[in-house]
Amino acid sequence: MPAVSKGDGMRGLAVFISDIRNCKSKEAEIKRINKELANIRSKFKGDKALDGYSKKKYVCKLLFIFLLGHDIDFGHMEAVNLLSSNKYTEKQIGYLFISVLVNSNSELIRLINNAIKNDLSSRNPTFMCLALHCIANVGSREMAEAFAGEIPRILVAGDTMDSVKQSAALCLLRLYKASPDLVLMGEWTSRVVHLLNDQHMGVVTAAISLITCLSSKNPDEFKTCVSLAVSRLSRIVSSASTDLQDYTYYFVPAPWLSCKLLRLLQCYPPPEDGAVKGRLVECLETILNKAQEPPKSKKVQHSNAKNAILFEAISLIIHYDSEPNLLVRACNQLGQFLQHRETNLRYLALESMCTLASSEFSHEAVKTHIETVINALKTERDVSVRQRAADLLYAMCDRSNAKQIVAEMLSYLETADYSIREEMVLKVAILAEKYAVDYSWYVDTILNLIRIAGDYVSEEVWYRVIQIVINRDDVQGYAAKTVFEALQAPACHENMVKVGGYILGEFGNLIAGDPRSSPLVQFNLLHSKFHLCSVPTRALLLSAYIKFINLFPETKATIQEVLRSDSQIRNSDVELQQRAVEYLKLSSIASTDVLATVLEEMPPFPERESSILAKLKKKKGPGAVSVELEDGKERGELNGGGDRGGDAAIAASNASTPSPSADLLGLRSAAPVSGAAPSAGSLLVDVFSEAGPAAASAGVNDDGFLRFVCKNNGVLFENQLLQIGIKSEYRQNLGRMYLFYGNKTSVQFVSFSTTVSCPGELQSQLNVQTKTVEPLVEGGAQVQQVINIECLTDFVDAPLLNIKFRYGGALQNISLKLPVTINKFFQPTEMAAADFFQRWKQLSQPQQEAQKIFKASHGMDTEVLKAKLLGLGTALLENVDPNPENYVCAGVIQTKAQQVGCLLRLEPNAQAQVRTRARAHTQMYMHTHTQMYMHIHTQSPSVLLCAALIASLTAVCVFLCAAANQAWRAGNTQLALFSLALFLSHSPPLSFTPFFHFLIHFSPHIDSTLSH
Amino acid sequence: MMHFLLLFSRQGKLRLQKWFTPVPEREKKKIVRDMTTMVLGRKPRSCNFLHWKDLKIVYKKYASLYFCCGLDAEENELLALEVLHRYVELLDKYFGNVCELDIIFNFEKAYFILDEFLLGGEVQETSKQVLSRSIEASDMLQEAEIDNSDYDLELGWP
Repeated sequence: MPAVSKGDGMRGLAVFISDIRNCKSKEAEIKRINKELANIRSKFKGDKALDGYSKKKYVCKLLFIFLLGHDIDFGHMEAVNLLSSNKYTEKQIGYLFISVLVNSNSELIRLINNAIKNDLSSRNPTFMCLALHCIANVGSREMAEAFAGEIPRILVAGDTMDSVKQSAALCLLRLYKASPDLVLMGEWTSRVVHLLNDQHMGVVTAAISLITCLSSKNPDEFKTCVSLAVSRLSRIVSSASTDLQDYTYYFVPAPWLSCKLLRLLQCYPPPEDGAVKGRLVECLETILNKAQEPPKSKKVQHSNAKNAILFEAISLIIHYDSEPNLLVRACNQLGQFLQHRETNLRYLALESMCTLASSEFSHEAVKTHIETVINALKTERDVSVRQRAADLLYAMCDRSNAKQIVAEMLSYLETADYSIREEMVLKVAILAEKYAVDYSWYVDTILNLIRIAGDYVSEEVWYRVIQIVINRDDVQGYAAKTVFEALQAPACHENMVKVGGYILGEFGNLIAGDPRSSPLVQFNLLHSKFHLCSVPTRALLLSAYIKFINLFPETKATIQEVLRSDSQIRNSDVELQQRAVEYLKLSSIASTDVLATVLEEMPPFPERESSILAKLKKKKGPGAVSVELEDGKERGELNGGGDRGGDAAIAASNASTPSPSADLLGLRSAAPVSGAAPSAGSLLVDVFSEAGPAAASAGVNDDGFLRFVCKNNGVLFENQLLQIGIKSEYRQNLGRMYLFYGNKTSVQFVSFSTTVSCPGELQSQLNVQTKTVEPLVEGGAQVQQVINIECLTDFVDAPLLNIKFRYGGALQNISLKLPVTINKFFQPTEMAAADFFQRWKQLSQPQQEAQKIFKASHGMDTEVLKAKLLGLGTALLENVDPNPENYVCAGVIQTKAQQVGCLLRLEPNAQAQVRTRARAHTQMYMHTHTQMYMHIHTQSPSVLLCAALIASLTAVCVFLCAAANQAWRAGNTQLALFSLALFLSHSPPLSFTPFFHFLIHFSPHIDSTLSH
Repeated sequence: MMHFLLLFSRQGKLRLQKWFTPVPEREKKKIVRDMTTMVLGRKPRSCNFLHWKDLKIVYKKYASLYFCCGLDAEENELLALEVLHRYVELLDKYFGNVCELDIIFNFEKAYFILDEFLLGGEVQETSKQVLSRSIEASDMLQEAEIDNSDYDLELGWP
């Protein structure tokens, strides 16, 4: 033992440290430190030049003070001076100071870099290592700029000492991580890979960290490392515990290097070379076998090192996910660890199993451990282990065990640590929804969740239960009954009141027949909670009350009494007061019919991704990925929509081979029009325009969409795996579409499923029916699907096609817009010139016309233009327009509800600008239907106003509401209010529901007008 | 890779802090606070691993000192435990029956030894023999220097 270690001469430092330790209070410590700082400052500033030793001592004191948590604003220069000392210890302290107190003072950085440069070129290995350590510790961009070129050379030079190589490798790694752009790959890269063969184990250990990082970023450049790594690993695994001398750690040969090799292999897919793969599998088997051998030492270090390798090997097996035999063995091994007496191993086994659960080969094997995991959840003393157990239960859950797992998680929630409750609640909510076969179970579970852990039930959870109850009419009665019972508890959580208020307000009538839950009983029960609730909940309850008035006229008097009371109608909260006033007014003025329309049952919510799942993903970050993968497998119960069923149709490959389709008129610029689908009226305009509306609906691939506006057949989508061809025909308001899914690979797709959904309003505008397809698509095969479409009324959005399948274990998910646009239902109409112009003049009001002027970017070819216009579905009328340059078209859009006549003129001019004008006329009662849609979607207040006026005349109240809504969003409050006023001045024509929605959304802002 | 290594006492006094990635001072203080409260709050015989933000935390107590490190999510926890153990062994070999006081009074040595063992958050060398040799070699250099220095000047108050 070097005696020097305890007193290397810096006695002053030792005295100072013990002084500090003897300080009785923080104040005394600060006083002592300030005294010392003053002393050091005076020494540094003093006339007498300090010798290196004193400088070292003072710099070291400053460092100590800094590490105690005090600021240091001087001494950097002295530290830099130490760097150029010839004495090792002085240099060492100088470097330590620089490493700990990095300062981006440019003047200093230059000096530091200079000193480092000198040491690097000194050829003194100890100095070189000090310099490299400093670069690695600081790792700043300036240092990367200065040394990123030099270090690779040191690393691969033949005469570099091993210890310097080790430092150089890790130093380079650090610079690469901090500034990858400055570390240039070059001829040194291939030589770095060969460091895997170095005789010195230390060099390999250090170099492999660098190689792993570089491989993960540039796998192709480094792929030769796979076979080198496998042979190195195989040599270590098969060596006796004494072969590697000091690199054997507690009888385990080179555990660090083994783990790093296994980690490196995880950057790559399984080796293609059969011999290499065989050797690797042999290694993995040996590692698994060794786990069963009796330990060579009782020391925990021995078992830790051995199991570290084992877990890393299991990670690699899971990463490959292709060797069922190894996966099952891994799972069994982890199963043993689940019951191990070492807490650490139980923890890691639970964690590892989570990833195993998402592999289809081992999912079943993982499930066999369910009892052990449940037991862990109940009995583990350590909360972090319990949390891993909960994670694993979540990962292993499927339809077969959902009820059991959800019940266990619920009962655990009662005692769970506060830190993990919210996450647990989300998980229970997700599992309950995902695997709900019977919805009464779902409702029970969520209500239990609110009862047990109401504080941790986020908004998303209770929103979701309401969405589901509203969308599923088979569960509404049960939900009303259960929530009514839950509300009877003397102390019930506010979230329960929210759910109760909403559900009874909508479906209280379903249980009103029972005298124990008669309308008045229901109301009194809800109202008994009112005073304990926060403002938003009270507001919700007020809405429930007005719904009660509609559901149960006999409660009207009681409720009006409540609304009229001072505590409501004069509530200091504006929102509550306003609701009370409005609802009271509404209930006293409106006739029963109006009331029934306004307070109609809420329409079904659009199906979309569960907001809870989104929240969990956000919360968990990368950890939730496995869940998402699984999600694809099991989805469909709640969100699948009702449009599946029937036999799968597998067709011969008779899809039309498409010609590469040109853009409409060749006018559109390259930027794909995406997102907010063009409205019916503006579709005409948008497809002709240069750039479409911007907002993209994320995740939906609609590159191919616009190409199909003017044609019916072609390739809708294509990637490396899948090609989707389309063939469609339309007659009147009906259409039939054939989709051809072609598997371009030689591997079969499993769990292949497609869904067609109509988002939002589209549900009521288009009737879309599909047949399900066979879940298996063989390699090279093609599957056909037929979709029947009925246009009920005009529409804006396009239906969405969602395709899911597994290819080689990975879930593929593709979303596309189906090219169903309003013009598909055009029926061409022939007419003579006189006829055309007479009609054109009839449609003379500004809002009956849509006009767009745009540049033809590719010039104009008559034949192409004609083809496009015909493709649009209209009739191209020859010899109608007096100007022979112009194109004139006519057609009738056929929907079930009405027919809309449409006239179109395309007026090219010499400057290659094109103007389209379309005028439309409905033959039934609604003027300007299409146009109005378009205008509503503009943001111009005057256009909106016109639209609003016209709509009021024609009693198209839906539009009025939309106009108000739009105006509101555009920030035009006055117009919004005006539209509303118009709306209110008309007797209820179509539906009040949109108004009601609007009212709910914007009610805080419209009180002033309503009172006028 | 390892992001940081902290040594602190049962009272939460920080004895050594090593940051392998650039962290602003303010953030460092927050991390130290979080680690000490989290680790010191653990019951005995709990497992040595924790999740904290995106990092895995591995800690172990040796006598009165806690060794605690933060790792990337893909790192191996068991191996990290042995990294801590090897560091303790190195300190022990150097100081001979190392105790907290050795690390307080010779903090710079603790940093030097760590630099030989870990660099940029990765293991540089695992062999105890090789490591001790290079640490001792630098001490020999030091000893030679001390013989030449005017040691006497150091007696008394600087």
